[in-house]
Amino acid sequence: MNIVVCVKQVPEPTGTNRLDPASLRIMREGVDSVLDPADEYSIEAALQIAESQPDVNITVVSMGPERAMEAIRRGLAMGATKGVLISDPALAGSDALTTAKVLAAAIKRENPDLVLCATESSDAYTGMVPGGIAQHLKMPLLSYAKKLQVSGGKASIERQTESGFQKVEASLPVVVTVTGSINTPRYPALKGIVQAKKKPVDQLTAADLGFSPDQVGEKGAKEKVLGWSPAEQRKAGTVIKDDGTAAVQIADFLAKLKVI
Amino acid sequence: MSKIMVFAQLNGGQVQKVALEIITKARSLGDVTAVVLGQGAAGQAALLGQYGASRVLVHDDTAYDQFLSEPAADTLGTLVETEKPDLLIVGTTYDGRDIAARLNARLDCGVITDAYEISLEGDNLKVQVPWYSATTIVDVTLQGGITRLLLVKPKSFAAEPLEQPLQPQVEQISAAISDSARRAQVTENVVQKSEGPRLEEASVVISGGRGLKQAENFSLLNELAGQVNGAVGASRAVVDAGWVPYSYQVGQTGKTVKPSVYIACGISGAIQHTVGMKGAKYIVAINTDPDAPIFKFADLGVVGDVLKIVPALTQEIKQRKG
Ligand SMILES: Cc1cc2nc3c(=O)[nH]c(=O)nc-3n(C[C@H](O)[C@H](O)[C@H](O)COP(=O)(O)OP(=O)(O)OC[C@H]3O[C@@H](n4cnc5c(N)ncnc54)[C@H](O)[C@@H]3O)c2cc1C
Ligand SMILES: Nc1ncnc2c1ncn2[C@@H]1O[C@H](COP(=O)(O)O)[C@@H](O)[C@H]1O
Repeated sequence: MNIVVCVKQVPEPTGTNRLDPASLRIMREGVDSVLDPADEYSIEAALQIAESQPDVNITVVSMGPERAMEAIRRGLAMGATKGVLISDPALAGSDALTTAKVLAAAIKRENPDLVLCATESSDAYTGMVPGGIAQHLKMPLLSYAKKLQVSGGKASIERQTESGFQKVEASLPVVVTVTGSINTPRYPALKGIVQAKKKPVDQLTAADLGFSPDQVGEKGAKEKVLGWSPAEQRKAGTVIKDDGTAAVQIADFLAKLKVI
Repeated sequence: MSKIMVFAQLNGGQVQKVALEIITKARSLGDVTAVVLGQGAAGQAALLGQYGASRVLVHDDTAYDQFLSEPAADTLGTLVETEKPDLLIVGTTYDGRDIAARLNARLDCGVITDAYEISLEGDNLKVQVPWYSATTIVDVTLQGGITRLLLVKPKSFAAEPLEQPLQPQVEQISAAISDSARRAQVTENVVQKSEGPRLEEASVVISGGRGLKQAENFSLLNELAGQVNGAVGASRAVVDAGWVPYSYQVGQTGKTVKPSVYIACGISGAIQHTVGMKGAKYIVAINTDPDAPIFKFADLGVVGDVLKIVPALTQEIKQRKG
């Protein structure tokens, strides 16, 4: 079975993303970048499938600047088989529409039975890329999985909903998006990190996948930024230290607001 | 007059509130056509007319409820190709997002996610989007193509019925749902009931985070909620830890709540959490760490132990109620 996991290198998500006022893109210079923590869950999900059945290949695919190689290496260190890095200056500034197109073209070459993505990336969080990939590859989409089982040519998930969850299944090949409650991702072992350096990584350009430079990247993007302003922020109110009367003071506050 | 198409999603045979919020906004932008797909679709026209839909397209077919994203994306894709509306607006629900993602690829149209202010003058579309956990408001537009696709989160707009409801023209959609769209099959729906008001609707929300130390301590919040007719929410950290179901999560990847009072218990106030609750009228925070970021947002901040203060508060309120 061939599993493809889509991964992304993102600015350290616990920091505050900043906008580069000139390019109006996410500031990536001078900011630590990491494998998107959201993608660790999908890599882990793939590894668990590989551990439960024979002959599973896991390919980690990323589109991004050269730096995205780190995300791929981290996936390989966790245990994936090989990597595909789509990196090309022409791709800079791509929107979700183009990203899905380009990734779909790269994924298709791997002849996948299962494509795994996070439900949304930590930096762009559009959640539009996985469904776009599914549409381009003409595959069903099993989304928001908090449980995943793959066997007998079928994938079954428990899918989060607004009010609980639903059980959903589809025959392979299929695109699955996973949430943070699906598993606990492993840390790469030292041995894994060493081995990762020797695992194969294909490097592709937009042209390798049949795209001309003006179809993709900034030029191909439909979404255009017109301008921006800082959002209004709330102001801090009173802060008290609990001296045993905090409950009474909160109750007074709530009473003033007529909550009680 | 601009043509605005709104996908009015159903949940359990009822139009979702987010659809009414979107239609309220959409009626100020142009002529609104609502599309309703799934079991119960036929019975929704009057309600949609109250909020401003002048035309309602319905397809009352259970395939939309039984199979994820593909039947709805196929039908909406065909409708957009024939009707060529200026905008197609979809609510950011789980299903809405999946369907919009497919439509984006099929129609090659581009999409703006999380539109929270929309203006359309002639052909000029300007949409405000909160980026970077809503620290920055960015004005964006979509270029090229005829129909532009927008996603709108619940609670971005108020739902306001018209004083004079419209009597919408109702049309049956003739689309047949292909077998190839019947693939991701829903075999079971599990509804996890919670007591009291719904998180999104409650006027008091009491949320717990990692500071509660363990799952069992959520019962302290339930008891307090019981006293103030509130709903209980949570940070992602504790949802991921499995303490409470995902439906409790407030924040960027969870729900947006706008209660009168939000009480944050043992929550640090990470930006991805506060984006979901900073629309509350008043915020109370209880946290042992005087430097916790949540205190920058709180109207009343209490430096102290949530495990002591919350039960004491519940007691205090009980007493005052007599
Ligand atoms: C892409 C992305 C999306 C995210 N989306 C969301 C989201 O939708 N919602 C969300 O909530 N988070 C989200 N997060 C996670 C967010 O960044 C934080 O990690 C999370 O909100 C932290 O949860 P917490 O406040 O419960 O835990 P912590 O940050 O660990 O805070 C616990 C707090 O409890 C306090 N405390 C400890 N003991 C006590 C005590 N006895 N009494 C009182 N206080 C105590 C501590 O001082 C601390 O401030 C997201 C993160 C990313 C990267
Ligand atoms: N540039 C990319 N390279 C690889 N995978 C991506 C890329 N962008 C998005 N994805 C995948 O799609 C998911 C959702 O991303 P997004 O649509 O940006 O929220 C991510 O978590 C990844 O799994």
